[in-house]
Amino acid sequence: MNIHEYQAKQIFAKYGVATPRGIIANTPAQAMTNAQELGGSVWVVKAQIHAGGRGLGGGVKLARSLEEVKTLASEILGMTLVTHQTGPEGKLVQKVYIEEGAEIVDELYLGIVLDRAKETPVIMASTEGGMAIEDVAHNTPEKIIKVAVDPAIGFQGFHGRELVFGLGITDKAEQAKFIKLAAALYKLYLENDAEMIEINPLIKTKSGDFLALDGKMGFDDSALGRHPDIEDMRDISEEDADEREASRHGLSYIALDGEIGCMVNGAGLAMGTMDTINYMGGTPANFLDVGGSANAQTVAKGFEIILKNPKVKAIFVNIFGGIVRCDRIANGILEATKLTDVNVPVIVRLDGTNAPEAAEILKNANIKNIIVATDLGDGAAKAVAAAKGE
Amino acid sequence: MSILVNKDTKVIVQGFTGKEGSFHAEQCMAYGTKIVGGVTPNKGGEIHLGQPVFNTVKDAVSTTGATVSMIFVPPAFVADAVMEAAEAGIELAVIITEGAPVRDMQKAKAHANKFNMKTIGPNCPGIITAEECKIGIMPGMIFKKGNIGLISKSGTLTYEGANQVCNEGFGISTAVGIGGDPIIGLSYKQLLPMFEADPDTHAIVMIGEIGGDLEIQAAAYIKEHITKPVVAFIAGQTAPAGKRMGHAGAIVSGGAGTAAEKMAALEAAGVRVVVSPAEIGKAIAEVMAKL
Repeated sequence: MNIHEYQAKQIFAKYGVATPRGIIANTPAQAMTNAQELGGSVWVVKAQIHAGGRGLGGGVKLARSLEEVKTLASEILGMTLVTHQTGPEGKLVQKVYIEEGAEIVDELYLGIVLDRAKETPVIMASTEGGMAIEDVAHNTPEKIIKVAVDPAIGFQGFHGRELVFGLGITDKAEQAKFIKLAAALYKLYLENDAEMIEINPLIKTKSGDFLALDGKMGFDDSALGRHPDIEDMRDISEEDADEREASRHGLSYIALDGEIGCMVNGAGLAMGTMDTINYMGGTPANFLDVGGSANAQTVAKGFEIILKNPKVKAIFVNIFGGIVRCDRIANGILEATKLTDVNVPVIVRLDGTNAPEAAEILKNANIKNIIVATDLGDGAAKAVAAAKGE
Repeated sequence: MSILVNKDTKVIVQGFTGKEGSFHAEQCMAYGTKIVGGVTPNKGGEIHLGQPVFNTVKDAVSTTGATVSMIFVPPAFVADAVMEAAEAGIELAVIITEGAPVRDMQKAKAHANKFNMKTIGPNCPGIITAEECKIGIMPGMIFKKGNIGLISKSGTLTYEGANQVCNEGFGISTAVGIGGDPIIGLSYKQLLPMFEADPDTHAIVMIGEIGGDLEIQAAAYIKEHITKPVVAFIAGQTAPAGKRMGHAGAIVSGGAGTAAEKMAALEAAGVRVVVSPAEIGKAIAEVMAKL
């Protein structure tokens, strides 16, 4: 689960990670009031969406008067912001964060992610603040300092020294400030089951202080149960409505832009089915894992969600029954044809537990749109042909 | 022969009396697995499915001599269960539970390593040595005995792959579902040498997916150390970047962990890489014909 910048900064404050002062706003008028309350003569108006690259997309603007704050806020609120992380459809901006301007002497990068190979969190720091860290990693990997910190020993002095010497921070007072900041961020990461924290840029001010100018945080979904305060920060409007609807019914759904709807059990087989459709010259319309406890109702729900997509020209149901019994899926397909108007060809491949019973159920039902396939390759080929109207 | 488990392996079940634990323990016993007991706190002394229940793993191990534990406890208790198994002298813990927090697994695996306990999973179908021992939730009937080893991050692709291998007239020595979480127990790199050393395994099917770099590590290992033919499929060639595809670890982040880079690394290591899982059976038939 991801949160907004302004929420990340609320969490930073609890851990003593300094940020510029700011107030969230939903309207241009509120934005102006916030700026007035913050005082000063320069403010930053920042679109709040769950994606990076907001500045380049026109979602972060500098204002030099209260009137300008209002004007910029009215421009940004309600705009559909397109960045390299939103996809071409972009994201609707519903909130702006009004922040006091900061004097920037230097821009750094500081983040923490899980190092899957080392199986510990790794702190990443760079002098190349303000740039996408992916680009820095690609073009100048030597400019990223990585320090893996084993939670069994915690953040030690030497971890801090590796960071500051790696960044070339020579002033002793600044070194101490940076190390304190990195230690606080590591504590935050562990205590909240974060998956990713990123401060980009982390700025150095004239007085040699470090301020988190931006803040991005993602959390481990499996651990949200023990962090109700984080769960409360969930912004449903940032999530895809169909994906959410699917997950409420125990389905894992992700929309893609092809023509063949997929309903599969198991995440790996679901991806493998998409890959096979692609390999055979078709395009998958979605990823859909019906999970290990699929029944008639979940299958019917799956059809409903897939068919919401007007681009879908055929549906490939690919089930290898282990725990999931194929006869239940077959009944689900029948149920779905009663509950929803399934107006496209449905290619069905059911293999594994109770497959013969399932075949019998489908045969006896005698539904016009159903095409039975013998295996994965056969099913994908038939689905591709059906989508092409063959 | 086989790897890790066989008909003599003594297994206990943590979370034995729960709904999932009971159902699958019974299925495993029907398959022939020696389930010698189970652990459910406060139910010690009871008999469940004809086997003794213990309050602690320590009690279960000292009484039954079990070396393997199959874990079905709820996600929040997985780390506790794994660490208890490690300290009780269990040699291999097979963690079926889905949804354990990453930080818990990090802690539990580090502790397991300290006690030299191997782990499989979490969020996996388990391990099966065909027609001898099934420790997990896979449908046993599709695994016919034979000479193909199988390692997979995905449960249903394990079944798909094994089924195709058997339909081509071959069979499975041992199949291991390693799970698709960000932190998992035994991985390709640890399992490949076991299959290489197993005289009854003649070829290996390796099924991976997007996210992380375990498949890349495997490719490097195969190049240097594996002489048996390997057939591989990587799921998620058509998955969009930045999206989590069902498994917690199946995500391309920052442009890393793509199917394309894994497929290229495996191909460079001499692995027969198939573009669709529908080709696994045929590819195995081809590599076996050349032996």
